[in-house]
Amino acid sequence: MTVLVTGAGRYLGAHTAATLAASDTVHAVDVVPPTPELAAVLAAAGVEFSTVDPSDGHALGALLDEHSVRTVVHMAIAAMPFREGGRAAMKELNVIGTLQLLGACQRSGTVRKVVVRSSSAAYGASSRDPAIFTEDTELRAVPRGGFVKDILDIEGYVRGFRRRRPDAVATVLRFSPFLGPAADTALARYFSQALVPTVAGFDPRLQFVHVDDALEVLRRAVSEDHPGVYNVAGPGVLVLSQAIRRAGRTAVPVPGLAIPVFAKAFANLSIDQLEYLMHGKVLDVARLISEFGFRPRSTPETFKEFVSAVGSHE
Amino acid sequence: MPSAHMNKFGDFLRRRLDGDYEVDEFGFDPDMTDNVFLPMLRPLYRKWFRAEMTGVENIPADGKALVVANHSGTIAVDAVMLALGIHDEHPASRHLRLLGADFVFDTPILGEYARKSGATLACNPDAERLLNAGELVGVFPEGFKGVGKPFRDRYKLQRFGRGGFVSAALRTGAPIIPVSIVGAEEIYPLIGDIKPLARLLKIPYFPVTPTFPWLGPLGAVPLPSKWLIEVGKPIETAEYADGADDPAVVFNLADQVRETIQQTLGELLLKRPDPFA
Repeated sequence: MTVLVTGAGRYLGAHTAATLAASDTVHAVDVVPPTPELAAVLAAAGVEFSTVDPSDGHALGALLDEHSVRTVVHMAIAAMPFREGGRAAMKELNVIGTLQLLGACQRSGTVRKVVVRSSSAAYGASSRDPAIFTEDTELRAVPRGGFVKDILDIEGYVRGFRRRRPDAVATVLRFSPFLGPAADTALARYFSQALVPTVAGFDPRLQFVHVDDALEVLRRAVSEDHPGVYNVAGPGVLVLSQAIRRAGRTAVPVPGLAIPVFAKAFANLSIDQLEYLMHGKVLDVARLISEFGFRPRSTPETFKEFVSAVGSHE
Repeated sequence: MPSAHMNKFGDFLRRRLDGDYEVDEFGFDPDMTDNVFLPMLRPLYRKWFRAEMTGVENIPADGKALVVANHSGTIAVDAVMLALGIHDEHPASRHLRLLGADFVFDTPILGEYARKSGATLACNPDAERLLNAGELVGVFPEGFKGVGKPFRDRYKLQRFGRGGFVSAALRTGAPIIPVSIVGAEEIYPLIGDIKPLARLLKIPYFPVTPTFPWLGPLGAVPLPSKWLIEVGKPIETAEYADGADDPAVVFNLADQVRETIQQTLGELLLKRPDPFA
C-alpha cells in the first residue's frame, strides 16, 4: 500500500513521511526540496522524494496513478507567509494546492483515503466563543487572519470531496500548535527568547500538541479508519504568563497598538498567531481519545519537555 | 502571627515566579483567587457592606448546582460579593463559577482577571460543561437590564431573557438555587446614562450616579449600603429533564425562579428599612 505525503520538505511533513515509512511504502512531495537535515531523515527511512507544482492537477494525478497511491496525507499547509513569495505564495499552496490535490484524489481510481492536516484556527477567535471548542462548535466571527481563511477553504474542499467520493475515508485533524524538543516552530522560537513580549491585558489559555503525539495520531489515521473531524491537542492548559515563567523567561507586556513596532520581538508571528496570543484556544479532545484510543501527553507535560530540551534561561 | 503570614505570602510569590500553579481549562486560577482576589474583596464584604448571608446550607457540599440571583448596582459588584460570601460562609469553601457577558471577555485586563477568578462566558456550552464537571455555577439572568436599570426601578426584577440558564440546568440535572441580594442597588444609584459616551467607549451604558463622574475617581467609591443575601431552597430539575428544549417548561421554571427571588427581595427589604443602617 503506497502513501503519498505532501509538504514533506518541511519539518512535520518529513517526519510524518519517515514515521509512515515504517509500515508502508511512502512517496513524499513538496514544492521545495527538503533541507539537507530533513533530506537525511527521509533517506534514512527509505522515502522517495520529488518536487511538484501544487497548482498542476494533472501532474498530481499522474503521480497518484504512477505509484498506485491508496492514502494521501496532506501536510502541505503553511501557517505563515513564506519568506519568498509572502502571503500570495502561502495562499497558493494552501488553497489552490488543496483544491488540485483533492481534485486529483477524487478522479483517482486507487485513492481510498485522505488525511488532511488542519488547525485549531478553524474556530476563529471571538469573545463570544465558548471557552472550549468541540468539533461541532461553529465559527462566530468572520476571521481576520489569512491562515484562518485558508483553513476554512481547505476544510470546505474536504467536505466537497466527501460528498463526491462517499466510498473514500476523509479524516481532518485540527491540531493545536506543535511543540517538541527538536521542532523549530515559530512558537518554539517565541518561547526561546530571554524577554518574551506579550499583548498587555491578555493572558490567553494555551494548548500545545507534542510533535511525537501528532505523528502518532497521523500514523493511526493512516493505519486505521477514522472518518470525520478530530481535535488534536494536549489535554489541560497553561496560561501564557505561566508558560513564560515555567520556561524561566520574563514576560514583557506590550500595548496592543505598539505591536507592529515590536514585530521582530514577537518572533515575526503572523496575525493568526498574534490573535492566538491574545485569545488563546482550548480544544476538547474527548472524541480523539475515544475514537483513536490514544491520549496525547498533556499540555503542561509537552511544555516541560520542550523547556528541558531548549534549557531554561536563568 | 505576622511571620507566618509573610511565609505564606512568600510561598505564593515563589509559586507565581516559577509558574508552579494549576489553571483549569476555563482559565480558573484558584491560587490567585484565594490569595489575591478574595482577600482584596473581603474588607468590602465584611466592613464596608456589613453583608449578612442566610441559607448558605442550601448549597450542596459538593456536586453541581446552578445559583441564580438578581443583578443590580451599575457595575457587577454583587456577583463578586456573592462569590466571596459563598466561599467564606460555606463549610466547603466552594468557589462560585460566574457566567459573564461577552463584553467582559472582550475587555483587556477585565477579561483576563475574570477568567482567573473562575468566570466564563454566559453561554450554554460553558454552563453545561461546568455543571457536568460538578461545579457550582452562578448566573444573573437579568444581565445588563439588571445592573444598568435606573435607581427608581430598584428591586424590580427585569426580564429573565430566553431562560437559557434553565435549559442548562435541565440538560445537566443540576438543581437551581435562587439567591436574593439586597444592598447592591444603593451602591451606585444610577440616575442617568450618557449614551453617546457609552457608544464611543463601546460599553453597554455610561453610568451617571450622584458621585460619578462628578467626583472623578472618588465617584467610583461605592456607597456603604447594608447587604442581606438570602440563599433559597434548591429547586430540583430532574423531573423536567425532558423539557430542556420545550419553551413552555423552560419559561415556567424561569418564572418560578423569578417569583421566588422577587418575593424574597420584598421580605428582605422589610428587614432592612434603612439602606445605610
